[in-house]
Amino acid sequence: MRGQFSSSYVAFINPREKEYKERSEMMESKTTIREQIRTNIGKRKNRTDQVMPKVFLMMASISVITTLGIISTLVFDAAKFFSEVSLVEFFSTELAPLAKDPKFGILPLINGTILSSLIAMMVAIPVGMAAAMYMSEFATAKVRKIVKPIMEILAGIPTIVYGFFAYSFVTPLLMKLIPTLEAKNVLSPGIVMGIMIIPMVASLSEDAMSAVPNALREGAYGLGSTKFEVTTKVVVPSAISGIMASFVLGISRAIGETMIVAIASGSSKNFTFDITQSMQTMTGYIVEFTSGDAGSGTTGYYSLYAVGLLLFIFTFVMNLIARAISKKFREEY
Amino acid sequence: MILEQTLNKNEMKDLERNSKVQIDKKRIERRILINKIAKVIFSLSLVFALIVLAILLYRIGSQSIGWLNGGFLTRNLSIFPEKAGIKGAIIGSVMLMMIVIPVTLLVGVSTAIYLEEYASKSKIQDFIRINISNLASVPSVIFGLLGLAFFGRLLNLGSSILAGGLTLSLLVLPIVVVSSQEAIKAVPNFLREASYGMGASKWTTIRKVVLPVAIPGILTGAILSISRAIGETAPLVVLGIPALIMKVPTSIMDDFTALPIQIYYWTLDTVLTPEYANLAAATIIVLLVTLFLMNAIAIIIRNKSQKSY
Repeated sequence: MRGQFSSSYVAFINPREKEYKERSEMMESKTTIREQIRTNIGKRKNRTDQVMPKVFLMMASISVITTLGIISTLVFDAAKFFSEVSLVEFFSTELAPLAKDPKFGILPLINGTILSSLIAMMVAIPVGMAAAMYMSEFATAKVRKIVKPIMEILAGIPTIVYGFFAYSFVTPLLMKLIPTLEAKNVLSPGIVMGIMIIPMVASLSEDAMSAVPNALREGAYGLGSTKFEVTTKVVVPSAISGIMASFVLGISRAIGETMIVAIASGSSKNFTFDITQSMQTMTGYIVEFTSGDAGSGTTGYYSLYAVGLLLFIFTFVMNLIARAISKKFREEY
Repeated sequence: MILEQTLNKNEMKDLERNSKVQIDKKRIERRILINKIAKVIFSLSLVFALIVLAILLYRIGSQSIGWLNGGFLTRNLSIFPEKAGIKGAIIGSVMLMMIVIPVTLLVGVSTAIYLEEYASKSKIQDFIRINISNLASVPSVIFGLLGLAFFGRLLNLGSSILAGGLTLSLLVLPIVVVSSQEAIKAVPNFLREASYGMGASKWTTIRKVVLPVAIPGILTGAILSISRAIGETAPLVVLGIPALIMKVPTSIMDDFTALPIQIYYWTLDTVLTPEYANLAAATIIVLLVTLFLMNAIAIIIRNKSQKSY
């Protein structure tokens, strides 16, 4: 058994060596192909072959363990938080985690999250949809070849870079238009977050539109429709499930986005609807609090996990909705 | 009389038909015009994306001019902008990737092999598959919380390179799994069947037939996932990495700073020291150049390996 293990181990390091050896042995003893096959089949009862599926299953279960780990960490530590803070206080508008008499009302965070996501989607949905319609229906192959990489570059830029861009370029630019804008506000990161999500909405919607069968388009063209009419009256309605799913996934991405809002939106915990003011999102709260000095075991430390749990539920529900939409409205052709 | 009347009627009909044609012509012209306008408006969205990208690159490039030089890359961190360098951050990022690359490749490719080759179309496979797609949509900051609670506090790794690397590995795991699955799926079945026909076992077939064919696709996905990991900031910040690390990390248990973290702290501190914005911009250039190089390598691998069976 030991010998078998070590020989296969050697084979793992240098697979060729064993092969050559076997081949030269075969030549010497003049084994036929048939015999070679027989010895191969004999080797099937090899130990590695029985062990490998189990090893792979173990590796595959790491992803499941990660999910369980996330859920249990969040629930476990959030439970500690809720043993000290009531749900009524949790869903109030006063947030002051580092005050002498700490308050943990998270409505300001939810408000900031929803407002910044709304602004982002107001940028991402129209621009992303227009880009998707153009790419899928109007663009020639040449244009598509140029535009696709640009979208991929936009999608590949790290969010921290967008955060820097929002803070050092978009905010000063907006200040010229809106003089009352604060240096940290929710408008500028919202817009930049929208720009970040454009490639995602565009590519997912375009995929949905490209999946619409050509027969439908040709039917409409045959009746004398223009490209615009084919797009808006045939292609978009047929692909609506995929398009809606892309919007919901975009919202989910906006809710979970961290660095842009952490940099450009500031850390004001006021409950306000004024988008020219600084606001904090749920993600921003987590980042600010951990990079500050939250001692382990304090209520403030556990509040991170309560907010994290809420964030997890938000994005999880969004993804369930996206999946349900694309399942329910999927038309079969 | 009667003849005249019929003539009149015919003329009337002609007239009517003409006017109808004219109305139709007007409608068609309007529809074509709308079509043209729509095309221009739709294409403007792409122009918008292009302009944003151009402004972003131009702004960051112009801000980093004069700051991005050899000294900046090789100096240690300093609170004085003129003396600051990102040697520590570069080494930190490289060491992070030294953990992320083997861990994600090992776990990700194994998971993909299990899902594609071993798991029957069973509930387990569905379960793992749904789980991975859910994991892919969990916000990165939540992975940071997991890393903080599990690697940082429970395993007592603190905010070391090891803790950061493992957290990032879990974060990019779904990307590697999905791309490896695609690569393995693309291996034509007759290659496997030929191998089985020769009496080879499943593991031998995977090792000697499937993986060699799938390796370019797997590598492409791995490079993309690493380029995601190298720019990821939120999980590392949540792990509690201190703002100012002066010394260069030497082992994986050391505290560290990485390129994106350095950008974050410098951007936050621009209020007090405006020059930090230039340092952040210069660091961004280093980060972006690294990313572009990695993507270029991925594209080259993809183009070189396009075999058809």
